[in-house]
Amino acid sequence: MTTELKLTAKEFKSDQEVRWCPGCGDYAILAAVQSFMPELGLERERIVFVSGIGCAARFPYYMQTYGMHSIHGRAPAIATGLAVSRPDLSVWVVSGDGDALSIGGNHLIHALRRNVNIKILMFNNQIYGLTKGQYSPTSEQGKVTGSTPFGSVDYPFNPLSVALGAEATFVARAIDTDKPGLTGVLRRAASHQGTAFVEILQNCNIYNDGAFDVVRDQKENRLYLEHGAPAGDTGITHDEQDFATAFALSRVTVESHGVVPLGVFRDVQRPSYDELAQSQLDRAAKAGAGDLQALVGSGDTWSIG
Amino acid sequence: MTKPVEQLESVVIRFAGDSGDGMQLTGGRFTTETALTGNDLATFPDFPAEIRAPAGSLPGVSGFQLHFADHDILTPGDQPDVLVAMNPAALKTNLADLPKGATLIVDLDAFTSRNLQKAGYETNPLEDSSLEGWQVHAVPLTTMTVGALKEIDGVTPREAERAKNMFALGLMSWLYGRPIESTIDFLQTKFAKRPAIAEANVKAFNTGYHFGETSETFAVQYEVKPAKLEPGLYRQITGNTALSYGLIAASKLSGLPLFLGAYPITPASSILEELARHKSFGVRTFQAEDEIAAVGAALGASFGGALGVTTSAGPGVVLKSETIGLAVALELPLVIIDVQRAGPSTGMPTKPEQGDLLLVLFGRNSESPVPVLAPATPGDCFHAAIEAARVALTYRTPVYLLSDAYLANGAEPWKVPDVASLESIDVAFAEANGQPFRPYRRDPATLARPWAIPGTPGLEHRIGGLEKQNETGNVSYDPDNHDLMTRLRAQKVAGVKVPDLEVDHQEGADVLVLSWGGTYGPVHAGVRRVRAGGGKVAHAHLRWLNPFPANTGHVLRSYDRVLVPELNLGQLLKLVRAEYLVDAVGYNRVSGQPFKAGEIASAVEAIL
Repeated sequence: MTTELKLTAKEFKSDQEVRWCPGCGDYAILAAVQSFMPELGLERERIVFVSGIGCAARFPYYMQTYGMHSIHGRAPAIATGLAVSRPDLSVWVVSGDGDALSIGGNHLIHALRRNVNIKILMFNNQIYGLTKGQYSPTSEQGKVTGSTPFGSVDYPFNPLSVALGAEATFVARAIDTDKPGLTGVLRRAASHQGTAFVEILQNCNIYNDGAFDVVRDQKENRLYLEHGAPAGDTGITHDEQDFATAFALSRVTVESHGVVPLGVFRDVQRPSYDELAQSQLDRAAKAGAGDLQALVGSGDTWSIG
Repeated sequence: MTKPVEQLESVVIRFAGDSGDGMQLTGGRFTTETALTGNDLATFPDFPAEIRAPAGSLPGVSGFQLHFADHDILTPGDQPDVLVAMNPAALKTNLADLPKGATLIVDLDAFTSRNLQKAGYETNPLEDSSLEGWQVHAVPLTTMTVGALKEIDGVTPREAERAKNMFALGLMSWLYGRPIESTIDFLQTKFAKRPAIAEANVKAFNTGYHFGETSETFAVQYEVKPAKLEPGLYRQITGNTALSYGLIAASKLSGLPLFLGAYPITPASSILEELARHKSFGVRTFQAEDEIAAVGAALGASFGGALGVTTSAGPGVVLKSETIGLAVALELPLVIIDVQRAGPSTGMPTKPEQGDLLLVLFGRNSESPVPVLAPATPGDCFHAAIEAARVALTYRTPVYLLSDAYLANGAEPWKVPDVASLESIDVAFAEANGQPFRPYRRDPATLARPWAIPGTPGLEHRIGGLEKQNETGNVSYDPDNHDLMTRLRAQKVAGVKVPDLEVDHQEGADVLVLSWGGTYGPVHAGVRRVRAGGGKVAHAHLRWLNPFPANTGHVLRSYDRVLVPELNLGQLLKLVRAEYLVDAVGYNRVSGQPFKAGEIASAVEAIL
């Protein structure tokens, strides 16, 4: 029917100079995403990256696709409008822990519960990078930063537990430098119909270096989840369809079990918001296209002259 | 029995009762009957924000004023000729507006000691002499309604009592010779699933009508002949309905799907509800999690090539400001509708005000110009919505449309437009032409940038809130480029083509009244009143507030004195003084009520 697209990672690189700090985990994520993009089998013009504000939010500038670098925390809302009105597009949101879970927390949870067909990549480095190192909603309690010289006193979010609590239909975790693991998760997220939430553990080598060394460098602590198989020594048999299993696994940490689960925690099928909205439009269209003259002249009318 | 019929030129009726008494429904039905009679009319629903304040209390009073006439009118009337008060609280809160000699119809049954106490009456005004000077008709509306309905099976005494508003409507319908068929049809449709309730309401309505006909309380019937309006097909319309239809029309005229992102807020919610019904026009409505997401989704839809619209009122608009600033930087089309209400903060959600003018002009960080348009009448909201969309789409800019609670809920007869005569909106999306794509290369005529929507091969590009290099759209921190881009954005909005300001001049007038937005009706009615008294005054009404019409300065300087009446503390006044160095003076009131023609006339006469 159509000729097969043969795009390469290179064709997804824009002409813009990448301006993250040398050594930033974002480079590895960008490379993995660009390498994965040809697998979508879509023309570049059908792909859109939308971001908010933060280091991660520069991502769209580096992708040779359509893109919007928007405002802090609002990318899920903007992407929702785009995805709902253009179901033909593949819409990706790139966000960080501050952008998605702090200022944009409301948009994130509502995008997840609606199950709009967007893919949310949240780069979690547990710090505010672009504003030079204040603690974030995923920073561990006691974090000493510029804004918390005596240590932060608030308790952090567990991003996957939040996503699951918000009725997300797809929840996964990967590591920036783990290209096979990240690519596998991107593949699953892309094929999921509805909102996919992917937490990517990302190293900020300037303000929070080594935050994930325990799983990034110490590979023995990685627990790759497999549907239907026992999840390491946790005593849990993984079931992507089962909420309680996914939630239990979201609570597994190095501190609790000596491992960090990676891969797909939850993947359930549920009609997406855009599909349901489109079907209402289709039903209305089937009953007859709207007649504007009839609409403006509807209700009780009377004639003069 | 036929009673004598007295001819009247115009009548102002106010229905007032408890929030639960169905006064808005009663007023709405009387309006429809009046429209079908062919009178010109204007309405002013005035209700509390509370859905059900405590029964019988003063804050719980809901009112609906209707002015109808055998000639063209502009306002719902300054003072009622007839007040229908369903309880003591309604009497107490409305009596001050009722001139001596006017007619007062009250539900005698509601004047119980408990209700009198709740309304703060120490003695019963129907029994002391405090209502002397008014023509009082104390009618036992409740007992007559309940009595008439007791034969109907399946209607509880409480339900029967609740039909008393239909008794009152029937009585008023007789008094002014209104056609009753449409109300009977309406009741049968509304209560189709509960035939007993339908029957009860129709019976109450008919009983009220016959009571008027036969009771000796009412000696004469009144007639207001049809108005001589321009020939054509008419319907009544409120501002919010007209806005909704205008947005659908703009979608048709541009060939772009309409996407509305909205969060419920008074008095804008009825636009969301209206548009949600019209999916057969391809309308997508998205009820967002908050005001910010509502405008964000609309902007996302615009990016994708839809006609993106968001609706709100002041408290929601302030939340949207950041995204509107983004739309200024992205230079994408977006229509933002602000149905103004009294503020600050939550203020008085159901009451009109014009307090958001400076907000929508300047309420964003840095230099972020946005065109602003304000409709003049409920029916004008239809055309204003199309104009706002036309400018947004042509110039790739967010556009503000400033309505208000008075226009939103007020109704007027509306000549149904011939949609085939509406001018189409040409939207040309960018297409690849073999040259490198320049997302910020501007059209020399409009300064609009190309609109390249996702899905267009070869035009993949990135836009964002960071300052962009001219033409390429690449991120730029170059000082001269920022100065250039700031000026280009300003020039683009300043260059939006808007019609000249029309002046309703009167030979010999050296005073100009300059109004804007939803106050057109009362202000022009005030001007007419001055002229009827022999005064000479000109009137100009602004619809475009940014940019101002090109001839505005010339018009202002053509008069010795300029009076700017506004429902705020002088916002347009500040602008025209700053922009045109004209020593204009203001007439300002911020009471949550529309202007009265009489006060405008007095303000004009004071400077003649």
